[in-house]
Amino acid sequence: MVEFMDRLGVWIGAILTFAIFSFLYKDNPLYKVAEQIFIGISAGYWFIYTVYNILIPNLFNPILTNFVSQIHLLVPAMLGIFMLCRLIPKIDWLSRYAIALVVGTTAGLSLIRTLQSDVLNQMRATIMNPFAGANLAIILGNFILIIGTITGIVYFFFSKKHEGVFGGTARVGILFLMVCFGAAFGYTVMARISLLIGRLQFLMGDWLGWIN
Amino acid sequence: MIMKLFEKLLAIDRRIIFILIFLSVAIPLLFVIGFKIEVTPEVENVYELVDSAPKGSHVLISFDYGPSTKPEIQPMAEALIRHCFRNDYKVICTALWPMGVQMCMEAIDEVSPDFPNKKYGIDFVNLGYKAGGLVTINLMGRDFCSAFPTDAANTPIDELQIMDGIKNFKRLKFIIGLSAGAPGLKEWVQVGHDAYGIPLAGGSTAVQVPSLSPYVNAQKQLTGLLGGLKGAAEYEVLINHPGSATKGMDAQSIAHLVIIIFIIIGNIGYFVSKKNEKKIS
Repeated sequence: MVEFMDRLGVWIGAILTFAIFSFLYKDNPLYKVAEQIFIGISAGYWFIYTVYNILIPNLFNPILTNFVSQIHLLVPAMLGIFMLCRLIPKIDWLSRYAIALVVGTTAGLSLIRTLQSDVLNQMRATIMNPFAGANLAIILGNFILIIGTITGIVYFFFSKKHEGVFGGTARVGILFLMVCFGAAFGYTVMARISLLIGRLQFLMGDWLGWIN
Repeated sequence: MIMKLFEKLLAIDRRIIFILIFLSVAIPLLFVIGFKIEVTPEVENVYELVDSAPKGSHVLISFDYGPSTKPEIQPMAEALIRHCFRNDYKVICTALWPMGVQMCMEAIDEVSPDFPNKKYGIDFVNLGYKAGGLVTINLMGRDFCSAFPTDAANTPIDELQIMDGIKNFKRLKFIIGLSAGAPGLKEWVQVGHDAYGIPLAGGSTAVQVPSLSPYVNAQKQLTGLLGGLKGAAEYEVLINHPGSATKGMDAQSIAHLVIIIFIIIGNIGYFVSKKNEKKIS
């Protein structure tokens, strides 16, 4: 029975995959059906998942088993209910308290951590002796890193007109930015092809059994 | 003559391109070519970090991704768990994404048959998912029990042998973050490494690599990074256990080649047609 259900699952997966792929030819009812199934199942799955894996273990169980020591959990529970008040226009203002707390806490925490990780540590990583490398390639790489960082920052300095030496430096910065965009595009292509590989491994492996 | 050819190529139906991409992926999956996989320093650094800890060390792997990025990240997870089991580490798994719990169990189920002596609660544990991202990592760093009072199966972590003496990040030899977005590797860098000073490495989807690469620097905010399917394949080479990532690399290379050819044709066609327009005007 279990094997049959597994097989059925693979067949449903394969049919839905083809239904989604059919969009590449043109928009069609088969694609729309698969899309609606995906959205419906996702919403249902997330709802149940949230109840059983987040609310029950983190809220209901602790409160029901040890109410006195876990009474503080009522505060986030109440804030969660406030969030849902957005759905009722008359009391939607209550949700602002919950959102304010989330935004405030996140901003406060992120500010310090971002400053430390993305500004100070990144700056420290760039302050280096470019000649301190084991071979020519590393030394060259150090120089490229330093030049790229400085010229890239110069490009984003808009309080001075980009002309003369300053403009030339900014133009070098643009070249580095273009290389960065190119790398980002290349990695995006790689990611999408990887997903296609995953799907074809499923179709030709799990479904058809052509590959191991 | 050439002009007409390029005009035709520039006006090619996109569905033909889709078919060619499909074939360029499907055929190498069926008929393995076996292109050589070169290992990059970023991946080698991850391998060396994982390999350097003594036997019995406690390590943490965070599963911060879901099924949508499974083809890219799951091979990394399997390879890393295999490496950790082979070196007899105690593997603590957490998840900052709800579906990460399931991804963790699937990875362990895939690897476990090769390590029948590894026992849940003694050699590895799945602590489950906790919402909060940055805040959760911070809490784990201070007190594991506050962040995860129980494991994914609701067993109190005090009752798990693997968690003996593990109160916070202090006794962890390293952390590995497997990330498909936020919260993920960036948050682990900000708190796990930069606040608590724990050696950190990770794996991410290829899309994320440009934004995470700057953390692989002299400060070792990230000791190394596995980028997409290629990173996973390189790691499989290093642990000498070819898996699904290695099998997919031929397809990846051929598909990239086809895309590059189309980009070159498109660019030549563009410049030729532009030149022709100038001549006419």
